[in-house]
Amino acid sequence: MFAFTVRRLFQMIVVLWAVSVIVFLMMSLVGDPVFMVVPIDATQAEIAQAREILGLDRPMIVQYGIFVSGLLQGDFGLSYVFRQPALDLIVERLPATVEMVVVAIAIATVVAIPLGVYAGANPGKPLSRLIMSGSLLGVSLPGFWIGMMLIWVLAVEYRIFPSSGRGDTAVLFGVQTSLATANGWHHIILPALTLSVGTLAILLRMTRAGMMEVTRQDYMKFARAKGVSRHGVLYGHGLRNALIPVVTIFGLQVGDMIAFATITETIFAWPGMGKLLIDSIYRADRPVIVVYLMLVAVIFVVINFIIDILYTLIDPRITVK
Amino acid sequence: MMTGFRTSQLAHNWKRNLSAILGSAIIALCGFMVVFGPMLVQQNPYDVTQLNLLDSYLPPAWLEGGNPKFLLGTDGQGRDVLAAVIYGTRISAFIGLAATLMSCLLGTVLGLIAGYFGGWIDSLIMRIADIQLSFPSMLIALFLMSAFGTGIDKILISLTAVGWVVYARTVRGSTLGEKQKEYIQAAQVAGLRTSGIIWRHILPNVMTPLIVVATVQVGTFILIEASLSFLGVGVPVTKPSLGLLIKNGFDVLFSGLWWTSVFPGLMIMAMVFGINLLGDFLRDELNPRLK
Repeated sequence: MFAFTVRRLFQMIVVLWAVSVIVFLMMSLVGDPVFMVVPIDATQAEIAQAREILGLDRPMIVQYGIFVSGLLQGDFGLSYVFRQPALDLIVERLPATVEMVVVAIAIATVVAIPLGVYAGANPGKPLSRLIMSGSLLGVSLPGFWIGMMLIWVLAVEYRIFPSSGRGDTAVLFGVQTSLATANGWHHIILPALTLSVGTLAILLRMTRAGMMEVTRQDYMKFARAKGVSRHGVLYGHGLRNALIPVVTIFGLQVGDMIAFATITETIFAWPGMGKLLIDSIYRADRPVIVVYLMLVAVIFVVINFIIDILYTLIDPRITVK
Repeated sequence: MMTGFRTSQLAHNWKRNLSAILGSAIIALCGFMVVFGPMLVQQNPYDVTQLNLLDSYLPPAWLEGGNPKFLLGTDGQGRDVLAAVIYGTRISAFIGLAATLMSCLLGTVLGLIAGYFGGWIDSLIMRIADIQLSFPSMLIALFLMSAFGTGIDKILISLTAVGWVVYARTVRGSTLGEKQKEYIQAAQVAGLRTSGIIWRHILPNVMTPLIVVATVQVGTFILIEASLSFLGVGVPVTKPSLGLLIKNGFDVLFSGLWWTSVFPGLMIMAMVFGINLLGDFLRDELNPRLK
């Protein structure tokens, strides 16, 4: 187990290094950022000076060296637009995105698992078919379009929910979050619901597939025969085993949510890091894009690492090689 | 070929599977729209001379103030929404199909190479695949597009860059299995050229699982493209796909002008739903492991 952990940690570092190279190369393709910092009427000399200050006049390999040493020190440079450290800008907006993703995961889990268990345990019933058709529709929808429809019906026509913004925030466990106020909850429901649809549908389908697989197993029949209630068998014995494959896709689902949060945040004017990314792409604000990419890469690699470890703990049949 | 299909087990099961028939019907309808759609509408929505600003923001024909000439209403430039949806479907469907084809080609070639030759080239290809698979497709495509800028060619490249992995892994796995079999060893002993063995003998035997992957991927790509275009990093404004139409409609949704965004969204939903219905059926049929 120890050797496995160490090897996975080493792999994490290799992946992050690869990401840093790719991010660096991609950023060199994003056009010339020097025109983002100099005024429109700048002279050639001023442009050259700005280029020198930004380090853009050096060879690529030197620029990469500066880039990596900056990364390692947590220094990502100043945002071209805000003239503030890019890292601070992203970190400031991180809680807004995280709270939305967390609420979306909660919605997806609470809805998907009972429905998936039901559909898997009663494959032929009309309700199961309805659930499955609904989930297929869920994976066939552009998530952002659902968000727009929710805004149209519930915010514009009926004015039940606000259409944009994060609402009031308060400090909870040392973080400014809208989950600490009623007004914040009122604001987060529509965006979180929008974000949850895709994951909900996938989670539901995986839970159902897992349940259908385990209901055939002998230990299920045996548990039923020894007198465990139907409910107890399904949730106590079945679900625990059915969820093992679900755990493996969980990491990717969180990643998908972070990616789709960019769109959800844009639609709902949610002040998270996804909206900042999109705004920064429009403005070619390179340092902010870099921080976002590296931060998401780190979040991702860490989640995958935790899941790998969890996986071996949940399913004792998997031996660590 | 056709008689072979008609009498096959697949066709037999297809006729008895309502959702497979429904999915095929939806796809056929979309195909018809893509091919003949422009002949069915009177307006070319991107020919400025055919637009009349006086017709802007007309509601669908069945609502008060609607014009029977514009069944699904018009947008801010007097553009027929139905015509825009038809032209947008062509762009979305083209991107979905072309990107899937390109991913399939690239992934299959790399998978064959990795599986047949093994060694360092196998490790290299598969490590790249591993790294890539640990990031969501949407995120990678978004990054690539933010670096490349808008353009249909750039979307195709970005989608191929995220799409090849699943083919490469599938093909590599099947190739490893096939390579052990006696007919391949016989071909090797008989002195056939390596390229001939891979092309003639291995490729046909590793293709079947790809059908399912490719079917579902067309739908996924249509959705990713729509998301990218919605964010403004997808298709250029001169070639609006369904996603870009939704984005344009979003700007006026708050004024209650819902038809410019609702109909393109319904079109994406119908198209991808049809593809997924068929994909589900094919997976159950062609992947005996899951039966």
